[in-house]
Amino acid sequence: MKTKDALYNYCLRLADSNMIHGQRLAEWCSRGPFLEEDIALSNMSLDMFGQAEMLYEYASSLSEDELSADDIAFRRSEREYFNCLLVEQENGDFAQTMMKVFLYSAFAKQLYESLLNSNDETLSGFAAKAIKEVKYHLRHSSEWLIRFGNGTDESKMRVQQAVTNLWRFTQDMFEMNDADTALIDNGISFTTDTLFAKWQLNVNEIFAAANINTPEINNTITGGHNGIHTERLGVMLCEMQYLQRAYPDAKW
Amino acid sequence: MTEEEKEKQFQQRIDAGEKIEPRDWMPEAYKQTLFRQISQHAHSEIIGMQPEGNWLLRAPSLRAKKILLAKIQDEAGHGLYLYSAAETFGIDRTEMIAMLHSGKAKYSSIFNYPTLTWADMGAIGWLVDGAAIVNQTMLAKCSYVLYSRAMIRICKEEGFHQRQGYEIIAKMMNGTTAQRNMAQDSLNRWWEPSLMMFGPHDSESTHSKDSMKWKIKVESNDTLRQRFIDRTVEQAHHIGLTIPDKNLKYNKTTMHWETSEINWDEFWSVVKGNGPCNYQRISHHIHYHNEGKWVRDCATAFEKSREKENSSISI
Repeated sequence: MKTKDALYNYCLRLADSNMIHGQRLAEWCSRGPFLEEDIALSNMSLDMFGQAEMLYEYASSLSEDELSADDIAFRRSEREYFNCLLVEQENGDFAQTMMKVFLYSAFAKQLYESLLNSNDETLSGFAAKAIKEVKYHLRHSSEWLIRFGNGTDESKMRVQQAVTNLWRFTQDMFEMNDADTALIDNGISFTTDTLFAKWQLNVNEIFAAANINTPEINNTITGGHNGIHTERLGVMLCEMQYLQRAYPDAKW
Repeated sequence: MTEEEKEKQFQQRIDAGEKIEPRDWMPEAYKQTLFRQISQHAHSEIIGMQPEGNWLLRAPSLRAKKILLAKIQDEAGHGLYLYSAAETFGIDRTEMIAMLHSGKAKYSSIFNYPTLTWADMGAIGWLVDGAAIVNQTMLAKCSYVLYSRAMIRICKEEGFHQRQGYEIIAKMMNGTTAQRNMAQDSLNRWWEPSLMMFGPHDSESTHSKDSMKWKIKVESNDTLRQRFIDRTVEQAHHIGLTIPDKNLKYNKTTMHWETSEINWDEFWSVVKGNGPCNYQRISHHIHYHNEGKWVRDCATAFEKSREKENSSISI
C-alpha cells in the first residue's frame, strides 16, 4: 500500500471513530439523567465532532478526488467507514454509554500519546490537541464507573451488564491491517501491541476500584478497520446522511 | 413596621428605579410572580432542547452539527442558570421539575410545534430566538436583580443563535428550488406562533398589570410584538421570503408594519395543552427523568457511603 493511501485510510479510521462516537453521544441530548450530565454528554459529543472534523479536513487535503471534509464525512456507504465497532454500538442505558466512553477514551488516550511522536506533523499536532479532551472523557467516565460499582445494587448490576455487552468489541480497536504496516515503516503510526498492554493496565485499575469483573468471553468481533461492521452502523448512517442523500445538489 | 407599610416602602423603591436583591423584603405576590416566571423560563429552555434535538443527528454538515449542538448546550446552560435563580425563592429544582410534570408549571407554547424540516432549525433560531431577544432585552431591566443579570448574560448568547438561525435560512434561500421552498414553508408555519410568543394583547393579559407596577416587565406585550414584527419583516424581505399574511402592510404614518389579528383561539388551545406536541414534549421529559432515577440514586448512595466510611476510594 502506498504511504499516501495508507495515511488517507488511517485518517478516516480515526475520524470515523470520533464521528460515530460523537453521533451516539449526541443521541443523549435532552435525555440525560440530570441536567449537568446532559451538558457533559453534549460536551463530549462536541469534542468528538471537532476531532473528526480536523481529521476529515486532513483527509480532504490528501484526497485525489478533491473531496471536501463534508463529502468524506457524509457521503460514503457502510463498507467505506473504518471506525472501530465499539463506538457504533447502541448507547443502551447510562451505564453502558459510560462504559463505552471509558473503554474508547482509554484506548484513544494511549493512541494519541503514541501519535505525539509521529513523523507526520499534522497527526502529531492533532494528537496534542485531542489528548486533552480525551483525558477529560476518560476521567469523567472512570468516575462514573466507580460510582456505579460502589453505588446501589441496581447500578452494580447495570455496570456489570454493560461490560458484558461491550467487551467483545474491545479487541477490534487494536486490529492492524495493511495501512498500519505501511505507516509503521515510515514512523507515522506505531504498533498497537504496546498500546494494548497499557490500555489493559488502565482498565484493570478502574475495574478493580469499581468492583467490575472482566468478562470471560471468547467471542471477539473485529472488522471495523476493514469496513466490516455490525448491523448498527448502516442504520445510524441512514439518519446521519439523510439530507446529503435526499438533496445531493444542495449546499447548507 | 406593618405589612402595609413595608409594601408601600417596597413600591417606593421600585418607583425610584432601585433593584431588589434576594435578601431584601418583598411582597408575597411579587415573589410568586417572579418564581413562576423564572421557573417557567427555565422549563422553556429545557423543553426547547427537544425540537432542535430532533435534527441534531441529521444536521447537513460538520459545521451545522457543531453549531446546533453548541446552541442546544447553551440552552441547557441557560436552564441551569435560571433554575438557580428561581431556587432563591426557596423551592429546589426537583420540586420545580415535579411542577412541570404535573402541569402546574408551564413553558413557552412555541415548543409545542413540531420541527418538520431542517429549515425549522433556521426558523427557530431566527424567529423564536429573535422574539426571545426582544422580550429578554426588556427583562434585563427587571427590578429583581438576579433575573436581570441572568437576562443580560443569556441575551448575548441568544444574539449568536439568532444570527446563526438567520444564516441557515439565508443560505437556503440562495440554494436550490427545493431549499427555497423548504425555507418559505418553514416561515409559513413559524410566523404566527412566534408572534404569539409575546402573549395576549395587553387588555387580555392577566399578569401584565402587576408585573408592570413592580417593573418585572417594563414594556407591554403589544409594544414588544410590534418591535419584533418591524425587525423581522425587513429581514424576511431582504432574503426574498414572503411573510404569510395577506393583510401585511406598511403604515407610513406610524412607521410600523401592520398585520392580521392573531388566531387567539389557537393560542389558548395550545396553552391549555392541545397543541401538536404538548403531550410529546412532557412525556419525553417525564420518561427520561424517570429513566435517570437509578443514576441519581446511585450518585446519592455513593456520596453517602463515602461520607460514612471515609472511603479510601479516590476519584
